[in-house]
Amino acid sequence: MTTVLEPLAPGAPPQPRRRGVMRMRMPGPWTYAALIAVLAGSAFPVYWSLVVSSQTPDKVDSVPPVLVPGGHLFANIARVFDQTDFALAMMNSVIVSGTITVSVVLFSTLAGFAFAKLKFRGRSGLMLLVVATQAVPTELGVIPLFMMMSDFGWAGEIHAVIVPGLVTAFGVFFMRQYFERAVPDELLEAGRMDGCSSLRLYWNVVLPAARPAAAVLGLFTFMQAWNDFFWPLVVLPPENPTVQTALSTLASGYTTDYTLVLTAATIGTVPVLAVFLLFGRQIVGGIMQGALKG
Amino acid sequence: MKTDWRERRHRWDIRYAPYAYIAPYFLLFAVFGLFPLLYTAWVSMQDRNLLDGDAATFIGLDNYVELLTADPHFWNAMGNTLSLWLFTTVPQILFALGVAQLLNRRLRGRTFFRMGVLLPNITSVAAVTIIFAQLFGRDFGMINWVLGLFDLGKIDWQAGTGSSHTAIAAMVVWRWTGYHALIFLASMQAIPTSVYEAARLDGASGWQQFWRITVPMLRPQIIFSTVIATAGNMRLLAEPLLFGAGGETGGSDRQFQTAALYLYEQGFKQFDFGYASAVAWLLVIATVVITGLSYLAARRIRTD
Repeated sequence: MTTVLEPLAPGAPPQPRRRGVMRMRMPGPWTYAALIAVLAGSAFPVYWSLVVSSQTPDKVDSVPPVLVPGGHLFANIARVFDQTDFALAMMNSVIVSGTITVSVVLFSTLAGFAFAKLKFRGRSGLMLLVVATQAVPTELGVIPLFMMMSDFGWAGEIHAVIVPGLVTAFGVFFMRQYFERAVPDELLEAGRMDGCSSLRLYWNVVLPAARPAAAVLGLFTFMQAWNDFFWPLVVLPPENPTVQTALSTLASGYTTDYTLVLTAATIGTVPVLAVFLLFGRQIVGGIMQGALKG
Repeated sequence: MKTDWRERRHRWDIRYAPYAYIAPYFLLFAVFGLFPLLYTAWVSMQDRNLLDGDAATFIGLDNYVELLTADPHFWNAMGNTLSLWLFTTVPQILFALGVAQLLNRRLRGRTFFRMGVLLPNITSVAAVTIIFAQLFGRDFGMINWVLGLFDLGKIDWQAGTGSSHTAIAAMVVWRWTGYHALIFLASMQAIPTSVYEAARLDGASGWQQFWRITVPMLRPQIIFSTVIATAGNMRLLAEPLLFGAGGETGGSDRQFQTAALYLYEQGFKQFDFGYASAVAWLLVIATVVITGLSYLAARRIRTD
């Protein structure tokens, strides 16, 4: 996908506070009422999923619907892990998302550092190539990619999901933008004078300076990898699922046991929800600075 | 002697190290991004089915000709894609403008509200679709129950074209409105209040200020949101796949089968790799065209 906006590096000096602008309209009770309605709408499906996953199956079909959580959440969680491969799915998703996150952050900071701070022939041309590849829709290559994985003997294994995700053009672009502003050239020159190799500069100067942006990139990468659906669905069999493909298998069965399905959906949402509750402020900040693409 | 060695290492470092640092990206991208992409074009010109032992015969543009002239399922899927694109993209942008306008005040608990509207965006598309499919259930779904309270009767959401598209659009809009609202909010906060004050002195109502000042000032962000929403909404796959029992056909009459889902059906259910690759290319061409058109449409926002 294309990033049309010039992203601001998070952690770059904040834009000057517009004094006087803060005489923005004071919100009245109607604003709060409307916002609370929006929030209720945003939260309701997630809440509803929790409600259903804490009921017994017969309660789900009751009219009027039950709107408060019941006491069967743990029984349902136990059923999900007893009756399906969900433990394996969780394990696979943790490995896939964890590996992809570490790798994307590592390779993006490395390449971003080179593009922002080192001089080499072909730099601007290669950077242009990185930007151009952001616009490439991955679906287009899905069939040859699957054929390749079959040839490698990787089809059905989770490294078939991991390896294509190890780098992203977006990550390289994102880190380059950040380094251009956030790491002063003087600092690197001083390091050079002291005889630091570029790799040591990267490790001792650039990477520590990258922490805030790398954290945002890491959070975002983790959430995307955790939620990824199409490629794992194509390349993994139902016997070796990620959380998302396990959900798809559960939902497409002939069972109408919604408590089981929605309990699994709830469990699968917990990791990203936890990340979001801990780092929501940074994620919101990243999006508002136009730095995180959808 | 020792300095000489250090000198040489330094020269090496300056000259070649940058290439080593960017190499992992380019190598991995070349193998797992670029090569499959180019190879898709080649495969799309082959008669290649895994069920026939993966024998490949070059057939030129036959797959494309068949898709465009003799495959009603393809045109049905394209029509559904366009309909869903319209039903998702337009409300997404309009709702996001409204939500951003609400958030653009001196609110107490600002972070809480911003995180709240983004909550849908972090949930997985699989989980969202399953939850919404349950809410849109025919007999025991919450939405039909609410309709029943107003004596509006029950809708079999999956059965019809319009109803199923409405339900799928609701999931997409729900998931993405907050994301776009935050992008709009960031730019709204950069509009100087003096502009609004001047408009107020001229007697402009709040509504007029919104359409005459706020929206035109947000033009670049509206274009950006329209473009990325279009790119995303043109390839909906998980939502129609998991909405109800239709699976890869998108309902019993393919009433909500999208082009991406048709690609999935041809490629990974029929294992007709050549044909599916041609679908992939046609979908990309359609996406480029529609993205271009929506870019032009968004650019027409007045900036007076």
